[in-house]
Amino acid sequence: MFNELFPNVKMDDVWVATYETFYMTLIALLGTFILGILLGLLLYLTSRGGLWQNKALNFIVASIVNVFRAIPFIILILLLFPFTDFIVGTIRGPNAALPALIIGSAPFYGRLVEIALREVDKGVVEAAKAMGAKTNTIILKVLLPESMPALVSGITVTGIALIGYTAIAGVIGAGGLGDFAYFYGFQRRSFDVVFVCTVLIVIIVFIFQFIGDSISNKLDKR
Amino acid sequence: MITIKDLSKVFSTKSKTISAVDNLSLEINKGEIFGVIGYSGAGKSTFIRLINRLEDPTDGQVVIDDENITLLNKKKLRVARQDIGMIFQHFNLLWSRTVEENISFPLEIAGVPKQERQERVHELIRLVGLAGREKAYPSELSGGQKQRVGIARALANNPKVLLCDEATSALDPETTDSILELLVNINEKLGLTIILITHEMHVIRKICHRVAVMDAGKVVEQGDVLDVFLHPQKQITKKFVEQIMGDKDQEDALDLLKEKYDSGKIVRLHFIGELTNQALISQVAKQYEIDINILQGKITQTQKGAYGSLFIHIDGDEEEIKRAIDYITSTSVEVEVIPYV
Ligand SMILES: Nc1ncnc2c1ncn2[C@@H]1O[C@H](COP(=O)(O)OP(=O)(O)O)[C@@H](O)[C@H]1O
Ligand SMILES: [Mg+2]
Repeated sequence: MFNELFPNVKMDDVWVATYETFYMTLIALLGTFILGILLGLLLYLTSRGGLWQNKALNFIVASIVNVFRAIPFIILILLLFPFTDFIVGTIRGPNAALPALIIGSAPFYGRLVEIALREVDKGVVEAAKAMGAKTNTIILKVLLPESMPALVSGITVTGIALIGYTAIAGVIGAGGLGDFAYFYGFQRRSFDVVFVCTVLIVIIVFIFQFIGDSISNKLDKR
Repeated sequence: MITIKDLSKVFSTKSKTISAVDNLSLEINKGEIFGVIGYSGAGKSTFIRLINRLEDPTDGQVVIDDENITLLNKKKLRVARQDIGMIFQHFNLLWSRTVEENISFPLEIAGVPKQERQERVHELIRLVGLAGREKAYPSELSGGQKQRVGIARALANNPKVLLCDEATSALDPETTDSILELLVNINEKLGLTIILITHEMHVIRKICHRVAVMDAGKVVEQGDVLDVFLHPQKQITKKFVEQIMGDKDQEDALDLLKEKYDSGKIVRLHFIGELTNQALISQVAKQYEIDINILQGKITQTQKGAYGSLFIHIDGDEEEIKRAIDYITSTSVEVEVIPYV
């Protein structure tokens, strides 16, 4: 039945591609999470009235974030070829996609982090100051925990965008479902392969959304 | 003891500069509940935030137990702040932490080991009457319970002084009373100095020993709560006293009363911080052959006893009335016989 409907689909290869998509998305997500939180914290803390208020630094970070958000992802991949080659040692395969994926999505997530931090009650930060808390303590024990639901829903949105980016990265041979759909499906006119890959990507997106929403809801005690 | 000397805070915005606190000096004694009252915008919050340097002063100093807070560097200020508890109008609890985790937070900041922390948290939870709610999140508590958590949290590191910024202004009257009671309780039990700011005179009346009236960044009047109630000097202070005592207009109604009686006497009793003569009326009624008719009045309770006035009509034998009035005059209650027209 399956073979009749999808004559060109070799499930073994499809699973490898699915695995590669998961691999790229999860590792890139981890990198994006860390880099994005650092960027978001910098944006928040150096802004006016922030704990490290610093106009110059804020301007520099905001500019970097805006520039990288403005570059279309496909061009970012090409621009990063030398960097990727230097870091990863190759410009093909799932690992080669990681630098572009992280650098492409961290500025976006950084903005979401900044917005999440702004939502933290100023009074609570002030209460912590009044207790004699250091800035580190305020970051780790007030700002991040109090914004965690928004940080999680932000990383969910970013993760879904990342799945899309992995598919684009597939075009330059990064592997994964996008790559598979393009080379084995589209270029060989095997549209059943494109279809199966699309369905799998949609399922992965739904899984991400579901997990993200559940975690965010569970964390939110407001 | 807390000494505040020539304290000033100027806020500069693009369009103007505001002297939120203007050359303010105060002495606050150890173990007292000191109230600061003023209308919104008077500079009360700025003043209390200058004490723990949530705002840095433009000028002047704050000295707590010989430690000049204004001169401390960042690191020393953090340590000094552990000795200054603070509670807020909107409680400012961490919603991501349970009651016990919230109370534990200042202890974590002070580097108290875990075992000790847990013991202290339990003690505090009992002190503020929240036993059984340890694992609740702030969103599951009522306003009064949230403020209890705020108080427990502020007391965690055994501070020398507790700063209260409109701590009851977000609460309903009954809850306000229970929180005020808790503050008095803590003040008596721990000998803790409390500085409290409010725009509500009944808060001052209920728990404060001394009060300062603040207007446009300055203290315009200060003294024992009872003195301020009795002899308010400034117009603004009179307004605050009226919040509780009502204004003098009500005495006009007396004229109507006078017409109703053609015998006996109308007497005004003035209670000034009465602790001993609260059963006066029933004593007089029992001892003398007279009838007492309570006409109108307003008595309120302060930390230093009852305060207010009461109009009564005394009827009976002329001589007996005179003896009764002489007796009342011999107590500390002031008597004024209102002449019939
Ligand atoms: N951070 C600030 N920047 C500028 N003006 C301020 C700031 N904080 C307070 N003010 C001003 O200082 C005055 C006193 O405010 P505040 O201390 O909050 O009064 P209160 O607590 O008695 O209502 C007000 O005019 C207020 O607008
Ligand atoms: Mg205020």
